[in-house]
Amino acid sequence: MNKTIITVVGKDTVGIIAKVCTYLAESGINILDISQTIVSGYFNMMMIVDMSKTAKEFNTVADDLETLGKDIGVVIKCQREEIFDSMHRL
Amino acid sequence: MINLYEVVETNEMIEKENLDVRTITLGISLLDCIDSDLNKLCDNIYNKIYDTAKDLVKTGDQIAREFGIPIVNKRISVTPISLIGGAACKSPEDFAKIAATLDKVAKAVGVNFIGGYSALVSKGMTDSDKMLIESIPLALSTTDVVCSSINVGSTKTGINMDAVRLMGTIVKKTAEATKEKDSLGCAKLVIFCNAPDDNPFMAGAFHGVTEADKIINVGVSGPGVVKTALEKVRGENFEVLCETIKKTAFKVTRVGQLVAQEASKRLGVPFGIIDLSLAPTPAIGDSVADILHEIGVEHAGAPGTTAALALLNDQVKKGGVMASSYVGGLSGAFIPVSEDQGMIDAVEAGALTLEKLEAMTCVCSVGLDMIAIPGDTKDTTIAGIIADEMAIGMINQKTTAVRLIPVIGKGVGETVEFGGLLGYAPIMPVNKFSCDEFVNRGGRIPAPVHSFKN
Repeated sequence: MNKTIITVVGKDTVGIIAKVCTYLAESGINILDISQTIVSGYFNMMMIVDMSKTAKEFNTVADDLETLGKDIGVVIKCQREEIFDSMHRL
Repeated sequence: MINLYEVVETNEMIEKENLDVRTITLGISLLDCIDSDLNKLCDNIYNKIYDTAKDLVKTGDQIAREFGIPIVNKRISVTPISLIGGAACKSPEDFAKIAATLDKVAKAVGVNFIGGYSALVSKGMTDSDKMLIESIPLALSTTDVVCSSINVGSTKTGINMDAVRLMGTIVKKTAEATKEKDSLGCAKLVIFCNAPDDNPFMAGAFHGVTEADKIINVGVSGPGVVKTALEKVRGENFEVLCETIKKTAFKVTRVGQLVAQEASKRLGVPFGIIDLSLAPTPAIGDSVADILHEIGVEHAGAPGTTAALALLNDQVKKGGVMASSYVGGLSGAFIPVSEDQGMIDAVEAGALTLEKLEAMTCVCSVGLDMIAIPGDTKDTTIAGIIADEMAIGMINQKTTAVRLIPVIGKGVGETVEFGGLLGYAPIMPVNKFSCDEFVNRGGRIPAPVHSFKN
């Protein structure tokens, strides 16, 4: 398992999840968990995904998602799960 | 499993509060490069550093990318050059040639500083130590990224006052040699007492002789994160204050530990230590002085500042120690003037003096750091300031350091601009009374009685 956290932050609009999920499906990246919330009109989403089956490099996926985010008008970040585990779990 | 709020908290620390890993420093032993032929020695040094560090910057950048955490600096520290050049160098100019080699290879591998143009002379100076020290003005004025440090005292040995006196002159000569750049050379020169062998922070990093052939040391940072956490507990008592700092320091340090282990694995170099330091930068919101303000003093330097700094320093260590498997280096809050906007503001407001800074160094790392003083300050006065700071380190069994910049051609009331991470600084007044007869005595100050522990 090669877990990565994808976060999407920005103004809420139609189809954000659909577009991100479509990209992930096309890239062979499996979604393990999704949670989202709206804080004062701002869309906050987090996905935990497994990147062990994709043929794409981490940097390619991160770049593609960043570009996709710009198209939709949101900020999309890709980070390996360990940074959050380190900080928040003993 | 990690939840959304934890992810948001981490990313806000990075995006809004300047959380970063300040430096990955690769320590490299040069002991196996020693040769009596200077050209051969320089070739050996170049090749060993290049081969060891060629992937450092690339690896650091990739880790930063994958974890989404900035790794601001990638650096190299090497064995003190006075030991490496002893057999080959017959003059200060020969030593400067080694400095040029270090500069060249550091630029070739893309690091922003290389430390270790150093001599350890806490008890006495060999001929090669003395030559290296005498070469510092030339070495620092003809290179860009080489950093120099001289250890002139320790709790076990006392203070080498001959070296202190000499360093007063060398600081001044380095300022003269780099006067076109506002005496920038002095920003790359540190004088230590109790210098650690594994410090990843510049300008004082060197790879001690007690270290392995190669080692990864990481310096974490995060003053902005601590400040933001403290904003949420305004008006609470000291218990709450201290617990908040500890918890925040723990989180910050865990990120450093992760990055250090990852870098170690990818580069195939053992992990050394995490340096638990609050290292400010001139960026707004990345200031140790702002934390002191948040703790409750109007400006750094106001009464209460030393106590506030003492508790801050201690809680950062208490939180950080559990977050890392090995802690070392300097590990404490840094209080440089030019690199911390809050400190600069405090000086300009008249709240912070050289004397108060000296008192603050009794309770935190590291010392009188990045302080601009008038260019006409006498060599002996600089030596006297160094001696005072070394005495604090020697008696308190801690590391202390001096990085003063006598800015040639400028006086009190003027400002000096170093640029980048080094920031800018108002020139601070220095006590005008003489210490000539004191520093000119020669010899050593004996080790203090509490160093005899056997």
